[in-house]
Amino acid sequence: MLEAALEALVNVTSGIHLLYLIGGVFLGLTVGIFPGLGGIVGLSLLLPFLYGMDPTSALAMLIGLVVVIPTSDTFTSVLMGIPGSSASQATVLDGFPLAKKGEAARALGAAFSASLLGGLLGALILTLFVLVARPVILLFTSAELFMLTILGLSMVGVMAGNSVLKGLISCGVGLLLGGVGGAPATGEYRMDFNLSYLTDGIPLVVVGLGIFALPEIVDLLRQNRSIAGSETLGKGWFDGIKDTIKNKWLVIRCAGVGSMIGALPGLGGSVVDWIAYGHVVQTSKDKSQFGKGDVRGVIAPESANNAKEGGGLIPTLLFGVPGSGSMAVFLGGMVLIGIEPGPSLVEDQLSLTYTIIWSLALANIIGAGTCLLISKHVAKITTIPYNLMAPFMIMVICFAAFQATRSIGDLFALFAIGLLGIVMKRFDWPRPAFLIGFVLAGQMETYLYQALQFYEWGFLLRTGVLIIAALTLISIIMGIKFGSQEEDQALKDTRPTNRRPQVWFAGFLFIVFLYGLYDAFKQSFLGGMFTGGVAIVMLILTAFMLYKLTYGNADDPANYDYEVQGSHVGQAGLVSLPHYLYWLGAFLLGVYFFGFILALLVFFIAFLRIKAKASWLRTVILTACAMAFLMIMSRVMVLDFPRGILQNLTELPWPIG
Amino acid sequence: MNTNRSYYNFLISSFAVICAFVLSANAIAADFSNKRIEWIIPFKEGGGSDTWARYYAPMLAKNLPGEPVIAVKNVPGGGSTTGANQFQSRAKPNGLTLLGTSGSTQFPYLLGDKRANYEYKDWKVVLATPTGGVAYINPDLGTDIAKLKSEKLVYGSQGATSLDLIPLLAFEKLGLNVKAVFGMKGRGAGRLAFERGETNIDYQTSSSFLKKVTPLVEAGKATPLMSWGALDADGNLVRDPTFPDLPHFAELYETVHGEAPSGEWFNAWKAFYAAGFAAQKMIFLPNDTPDDIVQAWRDAAAAVVESDEFKNTSQAALGEYPQAVGDAADGLVDLAINVDSQAVEWVRTWLTERYNVKF
Repeated sequence: MLEAALEALVNVTSGIHLLYLIGGVFLGLTVGIFPGLGGIVGLSLLLPFLYGMDPTSALAMLIGLVVVIPTSDTFTSVLMGIPGSSASQATVLDGFPLAKKGEAARALGAAFSASLLGGLLGALILTLFVLVARPVILLFTSAELFMLTILGLSMVGVMAGNSVLKGLISCGVGLLLGGVGGAPATGEYRMDFNLSYLTDGIPLVVVGLGIFALPEIVDLLRQNRSIAGSETLGKGWFDGIKDTIKNKWLVIRCAGVGSMIGALPGLGGSVVDWIAYGHVVQTSKDKSQFGKGDVRGVIAPESANNAKEGGGLIPTLLFGVPGSGSMAVFLGGMVLIGIEPGPSLVEDQLSLTYTIIWSLALANIIGAGTCLLISKHVAKITTIPYNLMAPFMIMVICFAAFQATRSIGDLFALFAIGLLGIVMKRFDWPRPAFLIGFVLAGQMETYLYQALQFYEWGFLLRTGVLIIAALTLISIIMGIKFGSQEEDQALKDTRPTNRRPQVWFAGFLFIVFLYGLYDAFKQSFLGGMFTGGVAIVMLILTAFMLYKLTYGNADDPANYDYEVQGSHVGQAGLVSLPHYLYWLGAFLLGVYFFGFILALLVFFIAFLRIKAKASWLRTVILTACAMAFLMIMSRVMVLDFPRGILQNLTELPWPIG
Repeated sequence: MNTNRSYYNFLISSFAVICAFVLSANAIAADFSNKRIEWIIPFKEGGGSDTWARYYAPMLAKNLPGEPVIAVKNVPGGGSTTGANQFQSRAKPNGLTLLGTSGSTQFPYLLGDKRANYEYKDWKVVLATPTGGVAYINPDLGTDIAKLKSEKLVYGSQGATSLDLIPLLAFEKLGLNVKAVFGMKGRGAGRLAFERGETNIDYQTSSSFLKKVTPLVEAGKATPLMSWGALDADGNLVRDPTFPDLPHFAELYETVHGEAPSGEWFNAWKAFYAAGFAAQKMIFLPNDTPDDIVQAWRDAAAAVVESDEFKNTSQAALGEYPQAVGDAADGLVDLAINVDSQAVEWVRTWLTERYNVKF
């Protein structure tokens, strides 16, 4: 082992290797900063060069590229509230509120230093773990993996906010929505409304963007301010680094959890940041600032998600089973280079494996370090008036959502989930709980079904299952023990007296669950069991909630309406909540009829002229920039933007055709 | 004024370029100089078909007249039907758009999946990449096939209408008592379940069997049971040349039942085997592509397969089988696509009765 380690060390520090690694890192950073892009696009840019390159240099570039994607996507998560990929959804929860407080630089400083440390620790853990990983990973059967999804689900408790009932129902909506599409056990299409788009289920990226980013965009537009709310920024990036150092034990714990869960094939990386976030909330005495800009809520997921990439290498290298989308791309690249994953990578080619793991650590240092250095400057973006930024934001999230399956359905799904997000935000239904449910639904159902088939109910008594069950119990107890927070007095004093809108929304959810149950009965037993079960439990809870909202005490913390209690209430010139939804809806209709490019062109000009009151010159320049960006992307990424009815009727030249 | 003039210049020159483009399309058809070719892959980046296409793309480009750029365009969704539908409805017959299909594109077409709105018979094949498959079992079960029939076998599957149709039907006809557990995310996940001991029978395609199961066989953790075989020029099932020592499915069937497999079900099995394995991945040009363009593509494919670069690298990237070009490719398409309707009906009925698949 020592010999292999030394050989790897020589490899990693050699000039050529380092050069290609840096090349890969910068390519990755440039691509990763756009939400929705990421390893996949980076790979297609890299591939023409990869082919025919010598394997060591090609590998270095590939690693550099893949590793830094979850680093640079933090920029949009923190600065704009747009989760750049599914790995940084939890970062949005506290990162964006910090940016809104004018502490964007601090949040970025904390995020990148946590990324850096997390990545390094992850590599350190992997160096030892890789030697014993094969048998350990094989211990995690479908039964243990199912139990791990339950552990993930238990995090809902601490993220439920003021009302546990609301948290559970939100999670239920996520679970039901995650059940859309082919059933794991039978392949039957559930709740697909005969739309072929829905047969594959709704992509996680689209759900993340809709539920978090769209409501924030609408909210900021209505308040018509810059993200930071002022011209000057508060605390700087160096404070962020200090925050990370102060929370070093948290970083170590989250990095450990991140690399271990990342190493389990089949669970995937999208759960990791939520478990890390849930963990920090659970173990904190003062929970009052979480969701409103607690820097620990940035540090925890960021230290975990970079460690996770390293963990994800293990099943990819040892079993040839990629744990995530970017690892699938990495695997494809390895095959092209001519490296075959398998047990031999540990038995005969340990030095190669160590070269990979340490290149990863090195890429992490270079990537996170670069981001750290530029974060101070990039943070200034939050002082730009939002009206000028909004069309770009809309373009960026549509573009990102469209990357999910490259179908116009992505845009409709984005809008629909966005509407749900806006209403959930208004009535304070916890959106993280919803997303956890959505993320875990598929895996939970699959592993439950498989465990039952393989072991029948006896799977509950397996040692591994019992250990994870105990951990789940501890996690729940810790959440309760540290107790929930006392509400703000201001919230208590302003409770809405007209609860009808809230009742309507709860009623809507009731109907959704009712439909879920109806749909479940149309399927075979195995195909409808999971969604039907979720629907039944949720119907009971929602009925209870409806009763509580209609007849219950008005002082109940569950009674909340942002339009009555929000800080923006009473501001001068405030437009109604649906106002910007009409704008978005009109844009979407435009896409449907005239295609994405033409619709966006008109949207840009109209919005900048009418809403931002920009001069014609400015309007033309900004619109031209946006169009140029899309043309380049379309060309480089070999992609067609959504076509409308117009494009289907007549032949039009590129790019509008 | 100045900007106005340059604007008009721009318009005129663009018009000229478009005219030239339109006129030249017919005049010198099979020249791809300065062209960009889009190769639609109806799967996500990083998967088997994507890697396959990205391996071929630069070599094909090099061997086409005019050395164009070939860009892989991933259009995933609908179990690969979305990309194929898009190709069917939008691709122009100018040799600038290709489709790379896989067994997962062939099966919905053959089974009449409502999402598959494309017609293989319209398309022109450029190249076909065959593969094979090997089934293996847990060594604790022993090697006696007669005894195996009394064992409880568990198989991890991606779904009855996927390529797993081949093993599931083969197991059933051998009289094995196999319980299929679905929801596996790929053959890799199925292999992992086998290694964990959750399942005791599994199969892998040839190249992944060689790379990932052979070490297990050597360590005494897996025993190969049979290969799916290979099809000879007359469409008969023969031993897979990659696994000459391993009996193929029909041989094993004969050992068990004392007679060679025959009848409707076996025709169906062979047809779907051809569509899923013998012609697993194929490159197509769209309907009505002029012959000279088709010929240019076929020549390029033939040149690639003969090149030293290909010979040196293909084994690692594609596996052991000879790539089919020219008439051989036509022959494989014929086997994979012209499945007689009775065979299809038999499979559909079997899927519905056995696995509750609704059509």
